[in-house]
Amino acid sequence: MKKITILAVFTVLCCLSIFLVNPASAGNPGSKIVVDGSTTVGPIAKSFAEYYMRMNPGVNITVSESGSGNGAKSLINGTCDVADMSRFMKEKEFKAAVDKGIFPVAHVVAVDGIAIIVHPSNRVKNLTIDQVRDIYLGKIKNWREVGGPNNRIVIISRDTNSGTYETFEKLVMKKQRITQNAEYVGSNGAVRTRVQSTKAAIGYVGLGFIDKSVKAVKINNIYPDNNFVSSGKYPIARPLFMFTNGYPKLGTHLHAFVTLYLSEKGQEIIESIGFIPITKY
Amino acid sequence: MKESRIYPGNLGKQLLNTGSTMTKRILSSFGHSLLFLITGVSVVSVLFIFIFIFRDALPFFKLEGFKDFFTSTLWYPSSDTQSFGALSLFFGSAIVTTGAIIVSVPIGVIAAVCLSDVLSFSLRQIMKPVIEILAAIPSVAYGFFALVIFAPLLQDSGSNILAMSSWIVCTPLILLTAIIGSGLLSSKISPVNSLYIRIIAALIIGIPLFAGLWFLSSYISGIQISSGTNALNVSIILGIMALPTVVSVSDDSLTAVNMSLREGSYALGATRAETLIKVVIPAAKGGIVAAVILGIMRAIGETMVVWMASGNAAKIPYPWFNFLEPIRTLTATIAGDMGEADQVIGSSRYHVLFALALCLLLFTFICNLIGEKFIKRSKKITR
Repeated sequence: MKKITILAVFTVLCCLSIFLVNPASAGNPGSKIVVDGSTTVGPIAKSFAEYYMRMNPGVNITVSESGSGNGAKSLINGTCDVADMSRFMKEKEFKAAVDKGIFPVAHVVAVDGIAIIVHPSNRVKNLTIDQVRDIYLGKIKNWREVGGPNNRIVIISRDTNSGTYETFEKLVMKKQRITQNAEYVGSNGAVRTRVQSTKAAIGYVGLGFIDKSVKAVKINNIYPDNNFVSSGKYPIARPLFMFTNGYPKLGTHLHAFVTLYLSEKGQEIIESIGFIPITKY
Repeated sequence: MKESRIYPGNLGKQLLNTGSTMTKRILSSFGHSLLFLITGVSVVSVLFIFIFIFRDALPFFKLEGFKDFFTSTLWYPSSDTQSFGALSLFFGSAIVTTGAIIVSVPIGVIAAVCLSDVLSFSLRQIMKPVIEILAAIPSVAYGFFALVIFAPLLQDSGSNILAMSSWIVCTPLILLTAIIGSGLLSSKISPVNSLYIRIIAALIIGIPLFAGLWFLSSYISGIQISSGTNALNVSIILGIMALPTVVSVSDDSLTAVNMSLREGSYALGATRAETLIKVVIPAAKGGIVAAVILGIMRAIGETMVVWMASGNAAKIPYPWFNFLEPIRTLTATIAGDMGEADQVIGSSRYHVLFALALCLLLFTFICNLIGEKFIKRSKKITR
C-alpha cells in the first residue's frame, strides 16, 4: 500500500515537472539575441554577431547552425529570435507559426549561388543543367559520357534536411527524385571534403565553400562568380533569409542586427565570406 | 528465495527496524522513500522513453500502413510524392552490424582469452586499461577519422590493403590446417610415423590452398573502389568501437571461471591449449555470447560514425553482400532527417522517424534480454 502511494506521488511529480518546464523563455530583444538555422546562412550570422558584439559590448549573440527546417522550428517554438534560412518558409511552417502567434518577417541578407564542384583533376569544365540533372537522376553514370575520364561517377548530395538540398532539388532536379546511389552528407564542408578526396566525385555547395581544393564547373557556359550570380544569369542561385517574429522594434539591438546587411560594413562581411551582397557600395 | 535472505537491503531493514522509537522509524522511512524516488528516476525514464516513442510511432503506421515500410526500398521522405520504404535502411544497419561483428568478435574473443589465461598478471594490468581506452574515445572522433583519413585511403589503395590483409589472415590459417591435416592424413596412409610422408601430405594440402589464396588476392587487388565511404569502412570502424565491449565482457566471464576447473583439467594431463579450448571457453560460453550481443548493440546503435562515413545512400547494394558500396542505416537516417521533419504539424515524415526508432528500440531491447539471460546462465555454470 505504502509503495503504491509513493509511486503515485512520484508519477504526479513527474508529470508536473514536464508541464512546468517551458522552453519559451527566450525572446527578450534587449541584450541577448539567439540565432538558429541554416548552415549556409550560419557563417554570415556568425560574422555579423562577432562584429556586432565587438561594437556593442554587453550584447550577447549566440548563433547555432542546425538547418533551415530547425531554424523555422525554433522560431515557431519561440526558442530563437532570428531564424537563418536558405529557403523561404513553407506554407505549413507559416501556418504553424501564425497559429502560435508568431508572424515571420523575411529579411533577404544576401544571394547565394550553388556551385557544382568536381575533383581538380577532372577534365570536365562545363556541364549543362540537364546534364547535371541526368547525373543526379542516375541516367549518366560515367564521366566519359560528359567528356571526362572513364570513371564511374560518385554522386554526393547534401542530406534532405538542408536548405541547400531543397534549393538544388527545386532549381536543378525540378522535383524529380535523386538516384538511390547518391551519397548524403551532413554539411557543405563535408561535401567539399568528400569531393576533394574522391577523384570521380561530383557535389554541390554554396559559393562560399569553393576553394582551391575543388573545381567549380561552368553551368550552361556560365561560371558561378559574383556578377553572374547577382545578375541572375547563373541558373542555380537563391536568396538567403533571416526571419524574425514581426518586424523588430526600431532601435533595438535585434533591429540593428538584422539590418546590418544594409550597411557598408555588412556588405564587406558578406563578400569576405564568399556570398553576394544585396547592396552595392 | 534463499538468495534474498543474504541480500544487503533486507539485512539493513531487519537491523534498523527492531526496537526503534517512533521518530527514528519516521526518519528511516523518509530516507527510504527519498532513496527510492531517486532510484525510481532511471526506471521511470525508461518507461517514459518507451511510451513517448510508441505514441509518436503509432500515427505513422495509421497514416501509411505497414506493407511499404517493411518491403519497399524507396526512401524518399522529402519529395512531393513521398515514399517511406525502410527495407534498405534495415538492410544497411544489418550489413554494417554484421561487418562489425566479423571484425570485432574474433579479435575480441582471442584478446580476452589471451588477457585472462595467457598473459602474465602484470602485463594484463597494463593491456586491459589500454584496450578500454578505445571505449572512451568519442564517436565523432572515430567518424572524423573514418571520413578524412580512412575513406581516401580506401579509395586510393583499398584493394591492395584488402589483398594484403587477406594474406595476413589466411597464411597462418593455411599453415595450421596443413600441419594438423598432414598429421591426420599421414596416420591414415601408413601406420609408421614417417617424417617424409608427413611433409608430402602437408605439401598436398598446403599448395592448393596457397594457390587459391594467390588467386583470391590478385582478384581482390583488381577491384576498383570508387567511394571510400562505404559499408566496409564503417564496419571496420564500428568493429574497433565494439572491441572494448567484447573484450571486457568476455574477459570477465573467462576470469570468472573457477580456478578449480582449470586445475582439474591440468591435473588430468591436459595442455594449456586443451584446457582453454575444451574447459575454460565452454564454461564461459554464455558470457562470450553475451559479449557478442552487447557488441551487436554497440554497433547497431552507433550514429555519428555511420552518419559521417557510410555514404548514406538508401539502397541495397548489388550484389547484396557487396561491402564496397555506400549504405544508409536506421540511426543515421533518424539523425539526418530530423531537422526537416516538422513536429509542429506532425506529418508522416516526422512520425516515420519514430517508427524507425521504435524498431531500433525493440531490437536492442530483445538483444538486451537475451544478453542478460546468457550472463545469468554463465554465472550459474562458472560458480
